[in-house]
Amino acid sequence: MSENNEKTKAPAEPLFSKKNKRLLTDPLSDNNPITIQVLGICSALAITVQVEQAFWMSISVIFVMVFGNLIISLLRNLIPSRVRIIVQLVVVASLVIIVNESLQAFVPDVSEKLSVFVGLIITNCIIMGRFEAFAMGNTAWPSMLDGFGNAIGYAWVLVAVSVVREIFGSGKLFGFDVFPEGFYELGYMDNNMMILPPMALIVVGVIIWIQRSKNPSLVEEH
Amino acid sequence: MESTLDIFVKAIFSENMIFAYFLGMCSYLAVSKTVKTGVGLGFAVIFVLGMTVPINYLIENYILKEGALVWLNPEYGVNGSNTIDLSFLSFIMFIAVIASMVQLVEMLVEKFAPALYGALGIFLPLIAVNCAILGGALFMQDRQYSTIVDATAFGLGSGVGWWIAIVAIAAIREKIRYSNVPAPLRGLGITFIITGLMGIGFMSFMGIDYGGDKSKDDDKKTEVAISEDINIIKE
Repeated sequence: MSENNEKTKAPAEPLFSKKNKRLLTDPLSDNNPITIQVLGICSALAITVQVEQAFWMSISVIFVMVFGNLIISLLRNLIPSRVRIIVQLVVVASLVIIVNESLQAFVPDVSEKLSVFVGLIITNCIIMGRFEAFAMGNTAWPSMLDGFGNAIGYAWVLVAVSVVREIFGSGKLFGFDVFPEGFYELGYMDNNMMILPPMALIVVGVIIWIQRSKNPSLVEEH
Repeated sequence: MESTLDIFVKAIFSENMIFAYFLGMCSYLAVSKTVKTGVGLGFAVIFVLGMTVPINYLIENYILKEGALVWLNPEYGVNGSNTIDLSFLSFIMFIAVIASMVQLVEMLVEKFAPALYGALGIFLPLIAVNCAILGGALFMQDRQYSTIVDATAFGLGSGVGWWIAIVAIAAIREKIRYSNVPAPLRGLGITFIITGLMGIGFMSFMGIDYGGDKSKDDDKKTEVAISEDINIIKE
């Protein structure tokens, strides 16, 4: 049986067919999870004060998305649809526990800064959204690609916001000073507003603004 | 020590789930198109937070925490010979409690308020994945409230704060339909920016640090900030 399956599948679709590539590239811009689908904002924006946190958060989300999508798509025929949300939550929760324990073991100071937000990956709507919309109806490999694409789409917004906030808020990038001392002597000041949480929302709002003015087909009617 | 009332008020205003931590943003953005559905979802969130935070508090303090199983046998205590620390299980335990509570609320709403059930549609089951609920449990664990009363006050306060936030944004979005927003900003973009401005308003409940001089007249600043928001929104 298995040989037969391989024979019929292998010529049918190469690993990186056009369709699969679209799964990877779509979420980066036209179907971005944060700016278009409005998912996963919850646990994301509070940790964009510094690039380092955003970076580790992105890595964690990529890991959870890829393997969560893989596991769910392998299990999809075994999960009774009535209890699927609970099954999905348990899968994500287990993956997040792995992530949390590894962060605590290898980068303890980052883990301390992220505090509860690592746990909140569980309720990150992107993850549940992709499980429901994609992994429940597709085979393992496309699901993994879809997970990776969406996680990257999420990650770049996260990192972009944190770059803006760190440069203007504390004059640093990855913890290194960006502006030379002379700037400050001339009277330049870091904008402390940027460190406040609400500014993350405004920065995302501006990203959405730019994206939609470049691609008018995305504009909403209120 | 903070009093219970302090915790409650702080959870509503200065540590507002939406404006200070962005928790529950997904349903906040999706269901805030009309005030009515916003109010309904807000009440559901208050109810679920008020129920799950105390339950999770008990689980945390009598099962999961290091040495919490001391009531079973003294040797499991913090200084016992056989200390047990189950706190790595907290994510799974919390989310299981939340998922089952949400199922319960969903059944109740479907039975007693079918109209509301129809209006909330898909978002009621999604309360299970509303970050505000799990966030409430995790902040409760992080801050280690001393009694269950404090934990309940925190849960209810966060719920009320979330309710205020969603009702406020829904009211603004109903009005903003009549104003001339730049096309690419319509819908999502302007909602983000308004939420940010409201967040700045709410932050002044604890006083904004402008970097230079530190003035403490919080009330005045809040009023100014809020009226500024309103002006901007009116424009």
